Amino acid sequence: MTHFAAVVFFALFASVVFGITQRETPRRMLRYGIYCFILFVASAIALSWLMYLVAR
Amino acid sequence: MATQENKNVAAEGGFVYLPLIAGWLVPGAGHFLLRKWGRGALLAASILGMFAMGLAMHGKLYTNAHDILDILGLAGDLGNGLLFVVSRIFGLGADQVQVTTGDYGTRFIVVAGLLNVIAAVDAHNLRTGRKS
Repeated sequence: MTHFAAVVFFALFASVVFGITQRETPRRMLRYGIYCFILFVASAIALSWLMYLVAR
Repeated sequence: MATQENKNVAAEGGFVYLPLIAGWLVPGAGHFLLRKWGRGALLAASILGMFAMGLAMHGKLYTNAHDILDILGLAGDLGNGLLFVVSRIFGLGADQVQVTTGDYGTRFIVVAGLLNVIAAVDAHNLRTGRKS
């Protein structure tokens, strides 16, 4: 498994739990889950680039 | 705001902490007890999936509490309830991280436990009517 795949799976599982537990209606659960997933993956990519640039 | 259905659930008799305890012991069981089949199945699949992937990546199961990081890791692992106990009985999980992915696996297992605690508390909130 690649590091990116691990990030995606982590984001997926955590987002499902966050969506279901932090919102009340199914529609808002889905929207919040997608929002969390995008934030997880986007922040991982951004931080990865930041670390890459700092380490150069 | 709690719906009438949930107020009715809250008004039912029985042990009010049962969904909390069941949800902690078995991922999703708290929601199943409240007949929230879809939510319970998604929670169970997510938590079991994360725990299984952690084991597959040779993640470590914390067994002792010699320093503060071990204590925190053990607390997270204990959130998995029976999954942690059964895994310990069958000797699953690495004793020491020996491969690169092992660190990720260890975090997956700890986070699965923390997510399971969140899910169990959510089941409790549904049971008491604080959440619909």
